[in-house]
Amino acid sequence: MVKGKQSFIFDAGVHILSASTVVGPFEGKGPLSDDFDIIHDDIWMNQGSFEKAEKIMLEEAALKTIEKAGIKKEDINLFISGDLLSQIISSNFAARTIGSPYIGIYSACSGSMESLLLAALIMEGNDIPYILTGTSSHNASAEKQFRYPTEYGSQKPPTAQWTVTGAGTCLLTKMFQGPKVVSATIGKIVDMGISDPFNMGSAMAPAAADTIYTHFQDMGITPDYYDIIATGDLGNVGHKICKDLLKDKGLEMPEHIFTDCGILIYGDNQKVQAGGSGCACSAVVTFGHFLNRMKRNEISKILIVATGALHSPLSYQQKESIPGIAHGVSIEM
Amino acid sequence: MDKFIWAFIIGGLICVIGQIMMDVFALTPAHTMSTLVVAGAILGGLSLYEPLIKFAGAGATVPISSFGNSLLKGAFTELEKDGPIGILTGIFELTSSGISSAIIFGFMASLIFKPKG
Repeated sequence: MVKGKQSFIFDAGVHILSASTVVGPFEGKGPLSDDFDIIHDDIWMNQGSFEKAEKIMLEEAALKTIEKAGIKKEDINLFISGDLLSQIISSNFAARTIGSPYIGIYSACSGSMESLLLAALIMEGNDIPYILTGTSSHNASAEKQFRYPTEYGSQKPPTAQWTVTGAGTCLLTKMFQGPKVVSATIGKIVDMGISDPFNMGSAMAPAAADTIYTHFQDMGITPDYYDIIATGDLGNVGHKICKDLLKDKGLEMPEHIFTDCGILIYGDNQKVQAGGSGCACSAVVTFGHFLNRMKRNEISKILIVATGALHSPLSYQQKESIPGIAHGVSIEM
Repeated sequence: MDKFIWAFIIGGLICVIGQIMMDVFALTPAHTMSTLVVAGAILGGLSLYEPLIKFAGAGATVPISSFGNSLLKGAFTELEKDGPIGILTGIFELTSSGISSAIIFGFMASLIFKPKG
């Protein structure tokens, strides 16, 4: 059901049957390590390239989610996935392994919530038993594609963020109970003219603020309705800007509710400049950390606003600014 | 002893210029490097880089600006010897050791080490 300008409410009862997360060694040393299903101890993951390693993580996360649900991969009716690499190869190759009907999406780091909301929208109006959604990113493959290969040794400013090595997937169904996908707000492109790929948090913050503000307008609720409102990967710099922008619009975000997946995933002792980023950032924090907290009844209502920087290496070289987007999905126990 | 101090100061100042180009003017590392090379070539062309080397030694020869100076010096030397074709043959005359060692040592390192991401 359409609600307001950009939001949808899923009345048909779309539930998350199972979810799983795979991360690299650096994320495994972070404060959320207990929430991840598989932690690799090497970023190569026994593969010949970082791109192949990323594909392995997405496959593992997908197969683990299917296994947890107690079904077979042949039972999957649709797989919706996205990642950061050119032509979304990680998703394409993982879909080859899973073998189900597949829709590949690109929405940069907001892909986790874009795939989830698309799946919920499709499931809402159709009799589809199982839809699997997921995203992946790899620190070394993303650095190579969007900035500089790390072995080049380029300096990074304090606003730079650390792309999360990991993959997160979840399985949606209407047939069984679980955390319920309640509503979604589809974001608009917001571009404030920032063109620095080492300052993506600031580039995406206005889009996040726009989506959060619209969500509360559309739904007719206030921020304290939720136990957690988390942006995807704004990091320290972007998250603060987002909070200030919302305050300017008259929406005060309570400190203990409003957080950011990119801030949560790494500890203070991990030198990641402004925080984590990447498709996997919001995916592993949501499907690992937040869903686990919901299962333990610590929290029951969450709103995840995954943020994406929709530029390309070419558009950046041609001096285009970074178009930001943010998609929000609410999940309730 | 004086020479060591001046090498430190002049070499450091050239690096400070590079750092400011990256941090304040948000130039990419490639643009920063190319700009310093061109600046070195221009200073060489104005006969200002050689006195700087005389004054600061390694402080002026080690930074990348020295590469620009060497490109120009090689081209001019060959130009005097062989005429205009010398510009083409001479440009890498003095710098070939630097370029070759970058390729060879880079290749050797890639044989031994694996990027850690």
